[in-house]
Amino acid sequence: MSMHSTYDMLRHLADSYGLLVMLLVFVALIAWPFRPGARERNSEAANMIFKDENDG
Amino acid sequence: MVTVLARAGLWLAVLFLAVIGVALAADGGFAIHMGIVALAALIAVWFTISGADYSAIARGILKMPDQSKYDDDPVRWGVIATVFWGIAGFAAGLFIALQLTWPVLNLEPYLNFSRLRPLHTSAVIFAFGGNALIASSFYVVQRTCRARLAFPAMARFVFWGYQLFIVLAATGYLLGITQSKEYAEPEWYVDWWLTIVWVCYLLVFVGTIVKRHEPHIYVANWFYLAFILTIAMLHIVNNLDVPVSFVGSKSYPLFSGVQGALVQWWYGHNAVGFFLTAGFLAMMYYFVPKQAERPIYSYRLSIIHFWALIFLYIWAGPHHLHYTALPDWAQTLGMVFSIMLWMPSWGGMINGLMTLNGAWDKVRTDPIIRMMIMSVAFYGMSTFEGPMMSIKSVNSLSHYTDWTIGHVHSGALGWNGMITFGAIYYLTPRLWGRERLYSLRMVNWHFWLATIGIVFYAASMWVAGITQGLMWREYGPDGYLVNSFADTVAALHPMYALRAFGGLLYLTGGVLMVINVWKTIAGKLRDEAPMHDAAYDPATDRPILAAAE
Repeated sequence: MSMHSTYDMLRHLADSYGLLVMLLVFVALIAWPFRPGARERNSEAANMIFKDENDG
Repeated sequence: MVTVLARAGLWLAVLFLAVIGVALAADGGFAIHMGIVALAALIAVWFTISGADYSAIARGILKMPDQSKYDDDPVRWGVIATVFWGIAGFAAGLFIALQLTWPVLNLEPYLNFSRLRPLHTSAVIFAFGGNALIASSFYVVQRTCRARLAFPAMARFVFWGYQLFIVLAATGYLLGITQSKEYAEPEWYVDWWLTIVWVCYLLVFVGTIVKRHEPHIYVANWFYLAFILTIAMLHIVNNLDVPVSFVGSKSYPLFSGVQGALVQWWYGHNAVGFFLTAGFLAMMYYFVPKQAERPIYSYRLSIIHFWALIFLYIWAGPHHLHYTALPDWAQTLGMVFSIMLWMPSWGGMINGLMTLNGAWDKVRTDPIIRMMIMSVAFYGMSTFEGPMMSIKSVNSLSHYTDWTIGHVHSGALGWNGMITFGAIYYLTPRLWGRERLYSLRMVNWHFWLATIGIVFYAASMWVAGITQGLMWREYGPDGYLVNSFADTVAALHPMYALRAFGGLLYLTGGVLMVINVWKTIAGKLRDEAPMHDAAYDPATDRPILAAAE
């Protein structure tokens, strides 16, 4: 593949499917902490750092 | 015995190669550098041989580390190195600020501004900040995984190998060895060395996460891991060079022209985004909740903060190349992503600040918390200013002026510096098993000296930058520029003096930290009145006498 067509292929990928995939992955990752049951797990994770209170 | 021999053999091989490098060196700087490497390898051989417990090996006992204790030696060394390099970097910064004010201070050729400036930036970012990140990451990953460091020998190599990188980089700048890429000045062989050290760092960190005893990986470790991985990627891509000679210090980059510029600023801006932001946010997400004794305000927000930062930051680099040969769409892309960064940055700032929700009195009573909160506030301020400056029309005024320098320092001195000081004050008594810091009142003094120093610095650079920008673009009625460059330099002189004064205050605060950390390690406690106490007046603490009638 010539230098120019590689560039062309990549830039078309970047502003079509590439962009779409990135956006969907991003939305899925952001939605993840909002899934049902996440509240309890989040609070557990946030408080985990206090378990070692006496050995620091 | 076999491992002792193998390790000593490896260091002997390095020593041998370095001596050959000295003998065949194509230039003097390379010879000096190989001499430093040879000396470091010799010290490594000595410690490998003398440090081994031969009688235990003879008895067939493998010395196993005590798994019931955290491996804190590299963290202790890291705290000391952070303080040491911090003072070196702040002092270099003050000196170059004075050189800009009084050019007679340029001591040619080794101590002129252009050689000391990268020495200052590398000392504060990579030596001070880097040691703080490595040390704190080793501390935090063990505590949050509730597991001892994986690969203890490798962790020690990471620490000492990183110090060798710093020494090679710093001496290289003074000798004039540089590839002239901002924040990526070290030449090819120093880059290769850092790559080896960094891969070992990644292995130690990931190894510790793999052997964790907690089901969930705490969010601070996400930020540390993003920092380690991204810096590895940036460092390798931006330093794809072809050495002129394998026994010489000169190399040429693979990318040239506008591609080279884009790669450089993709690297440069993400060094800010992942070294100075993601890594230090990891410190925020652990040390602020620990010092406040309250969990992070919203764990959910911290996850959103993480992913938004990762997805957006990587595209923001082109804003360093506004109005250059870089294609217009790429400049606009960089600008748009920079502006979008407002949201995760402020989300993260709010998350850090609101951790104090319901306990705001700690800001009044605990100077360490105050330092951390000021740091998060500066994170918010500089991540507001940055996107604003990336807007093309604002950038046309601010670019190449001292406004940029002021912006960088409100981020570096305010955010990175203050959170590091807070973390050092948190860590020192815990690492050396002391009851408390030597003096909380000195922390308070450090806080005010640093804060006022930053105000002097940022305010004078705003004035200087806008003055400069407006003078450069001023046209007369006949269409000629009104000011020569020397006119603008003369106009800035008082601002430069004020900036140097701010730097002096900041350095003085740093000296107080040295004393405080030193005395804490020595086990001394300063006899001082507590920072805060409920009011008590013995004169009024008595019953009212019945008035004589």
